[in-house]
Amino acid sequence: MTYKYDNVYIKDTYTICGMYEKDGPLGKYFDRKYDNDLYYKQKSWEKAEIKLLKDNLKFLLKKVNLTEDDINLVISGDLENQLAASDYALREYNIPFLGIFNACATSAEGLIIGSTFIDSKKVDNCIVATVSHNMSAEKQFRNPTEYGTPKPKTATFTATGAASALLTSEKSDIKIESSTIGRVIDMGISDVNHMGAVMAPAAADTIYRHLNSLGRDPSYYDLILTGDLGIYGKNILLEYLKKQYKLDISKNYNDCGVMLYDLDKQPVLAGGSGPVCSALVNFGYILKQMKNKNLKRVLIVPTGAIFSPTMTFQKETIPAIAHAVSLEVVS
Amino acid sequence: MQKQEYKKIVDNNTPKENYLKNAIITFIAGGILGALSELLLRGYMLWLDLPRKESGVLVILTLIIIASILTGFGIFDVLVTKLKSALIIPITGFAHSMTSAALEYKHEGLVLGIGANIFKLAGTVILYGVVSVYFFGLIRLLVMGG
Repeated sequence: MTYKYDNVYIKDTYTICGMYEKDGPLGKYFDRKYDNDLYYKQKSWEKAEIKLLKDNLKFLLKKVNLTEDDINLVISGDLENQLAASDYALREYNIPFLGIFNACATSAEGLIIGSTFIDSKKVDNCIVATVSHNMSAEKQFRNPTEYGTPKPKTATFTATGAASALLTSEKSDIKIESSTIGRVIDMGISDVNHMGAVMAPAAADTIYRHLNSLGRDPSYYDLILTGDLGIYGKNILLEYLKKQYKLDISKNYNDCGVMLYDLDKQPVLAGGSGPVCSALVNFGYILKQMKNKNLKRVLIVPTGAIFSPTMTFQKETIPAIAHAVSLEVVS
Repeated sequence: MQKQEYKKIVDNNTPKENYLKNAIITFIAGGILGALSELLLRGYMLWLDLPRKESGVLVILTLIIIASILTGFGIFDVLVTKLKSALIIPITGFAHSMTSAALEYKHEGLVLGIGANIFKLAGTVILYGVVSVYFFGLIRLLVMGG
């Protein structure tokens, strides 16, 4: 399932980050920082998350100087039950909306769906967005936010923020060149505190199939960027790719979960996670690097552990998915 | 690749948790908490002229109040990351689990929010506490005659 696109471009992006992301090494690349607290004058974590996305879309439209009438489609997803953050944020907008869920791989799923719509000339433009909030994710997937338990070193930290990208058929600096849709992979890991181990095989499968079906060598890309495997998952991926696929990507490889935070100084354990983690890094930092021509070809591979806490309690192992999207600077 | 083989790669790249260090921290911090509680118990006996048993109830109440207030101010979970399970195993952990759940679900209302969720974590302790008390009581009755 690898497709090439002819006429899909990223016109612009907008990123809003929270206080922890602001203090990370990429903090200065984000358009707006909500750094006073995590409530943003809202009454609950969920409402704060809705506000993040609502504001993000508002500022994106302002940045590109368009109104909601000019946008053909919004594709968005988050971690809340029933995609609450996206659904409730989009109430405010008069734009056709598709809600999607792929956990932390949501932004890639959105880019692929959006690109396919534009490539097949069904729409001229669309916004791909995603949002996550550390506290509402904790409440959704783990324990009450104020509840403290000692966590293992492999646990990750859900990023807070919202990120969106405007895709158009109109030519711009950065092109979505091709994409590979991932398969659901489960290698028998059931530890919810070790998502890197859960997702690495999915990333490996997608990277291998992408390179293989296009007949490319890893060196074709300036950077291959998984997100978000974390510091341990990153090493697992490299070793697994070598053993299983005889593929060495270590020269031009990095992971969004590791890049978003300063792992030595911030309390994030193995690194960042959540749908917005890879979206912040890709839409905020990577695309700016590409606009400045520091990077020309980048393969982003957002990874998601698509698990349900109910199934984990019923002793199921955790399925994972990863989609690859190839971005190129148009010369 | 077989799942077993993949598990080996995972294990190779997973850092070992320092269980011994965590246990020592828990032992010392928990011990200090116990010693302070004993001091408080003696204090209540002395100041309020209470028998040991009643004084113990007051100590438990004091610990519950302190743990709940610290939870409300967002301090308790930070302490847990430093002191490990020393604060989770005693009654403070029980109080913390209830206060944190109550805080979390207050926006969903008094009945379906706080009421339905306050025992989300503590319910297990209560259920199996009552069950085990029943069986231990039974054993005590049969072996020691009451």
